[in-house]
Amino acid sequence: MSVVLVDAGGTNIGSVRYALQRLGVDAALTADAQSIRSADKVILPGVGAAAPGMARLRELELVDVIRSLTQPVLGVCLGMQLLCEHSEESDTACLGVIPASVRRFEETPERCVPHMGWNRLSPVAHHPLLKNLEEGDWAYFVHSYAVPVGDYTLVSCDYGMAFSAVIASGNFHGMQFHPERSAQVGAKLLKNFLEM
Amino acid sequence: MLSRRIIPCLDVRDGKVVKGVRFRDHVVMGEIVDLALRYRDEGADELVFYDITASPQGRSVDRGWVERVAREIDIPFCVAGGIRSVTDAREVLHAGADKVSINSPALERPDLIDELAAAFGVQCVVVGVDSMRDADGEWRVRQYTGDPTKTRSLARRTLDWMVEAQRRGAGEIVLNCMDTDGVRQGYDLLQLAAARKLCAVPLIASGGAGTPAHFRDVFTQARVDGALAASVFHSGALSVPDLKRYLQQAGIVIRLQETVGHE
Repeated sequence: MSVVLVDAGGTNIGSVRYALQRLGVDAALTADAQSIRSADKVILPGVGAAAPGMARLRELELVDVIRSLTQPVLGVCLGMQLLCEHSEESDTACLGVIPASVRRFEETPERCVPHMGWNRLSPVAHHPLLKNLEEGDWAYFVHSYAVPVGDYTLVSCDYGMAFSAVIASGNFHGMQFHPERSAQVGAKLLKNFLEM
Repeated sequence: MLSRRIIPCLDVRDGKVVKGVRFRDHVVMGEIVDLALRYRDEGADELVFYDITASPQGRSVDRGWVERVAREIDIPFCVAGGIRSVTDAREVLHAGADKVSINSPALERPDLIDELAAAFGVQCVVVGVDSMRDADGEWRVRQYTGDPTKTRSLARRTLDWMVEAQRRGAGEIVLNCMDTDGVRQGYDLLQLAAARKLCAVPLIASGGAGTPAHFRDVFTQARVDGALAASVFHSGALSVPDLKRYLQQAGIVIRLQETVGHE
């Protein structure tokens, strides 16, 4: 099985790559359209901001490449947000392969932004990506923007308000938390993705 | 509900984990990756590595051990010590660290906080603040605390600096209360509660943990997001699983699973 990590300049690429190595998969880091099209699985990592993230994909001429993929695709953190239609972060048009939009968390005295730390997952749908995932499993989040709960939500999370922790539409999937930094729960979900 | 974080801190000196009392007299505690794995297995929520000699020596973190830790560890970790430019931070983040923490270099040149936040997003940028109460009762920041012969007192008030750091793009603040550090008499609840009021980003308490009740108090009274400690864990005086069970029984939201070894 060939797995590629889209090299769009995110700083967590190394961590995601190591997490896959711990599962026995050596993922290539690439920005090459042909390698991405021909891979069995494609992962779009990314830490950073939406506008530079999209600018980088345009610069690499990968926008249409990613949109037209038919194999399982997984976006992680900002990578997930880039799969959505639009992000409130700098009013950015994203890839639009998952019919969702990204909003900023509202700051309140009880809610620090960024949402940083371990929070519990609540599966709300049945999906192969969620195999063996249990209600209340912990995952590690670091983000200021989030996708509201909608038809595309597979797992929700509560941070004073419910938001999407895992989303999917067709072959495109996204995880808002960092599976590469979510200990055994993260490894379980990455393994499920590799087995899809 | 977001859990409160328990964060063992590993002070790194010349590639080994060390611990001193009140930032002095360092003793070698063990190998970096071994200790990191031990804490991961015990259920630590996050790890912080401070290269305590990097800043006083005017050099950056050695990225070799950052990469070794990143390969082995599946919980988040933050690296601090001598990061004084976007280039330094990029090296450490690309080596696999989740966050960088800056302290003395941010005091030298506060624009560094803005530059890092613009380059990597605020979620990567932790500002560490070393603070001491002066004779006049004010908390003020200290610089170059990794080396007692180079430590400097600054005129800057701790709380003012925290507010400025957030305005510039700090995504998290670690407040290290030096008066209580290493002596295990409890966190500086007064100072941390004052800091909490001015801190809209996650606040991590550091300095003074000795008993499980100290952790409970800092979560319930100062409402910090995480509690960082070093010697109390390294010495075996407290174990992370026992501490977390205690905190859960005290009604604090804590991550309590996966405290057993990995597959």
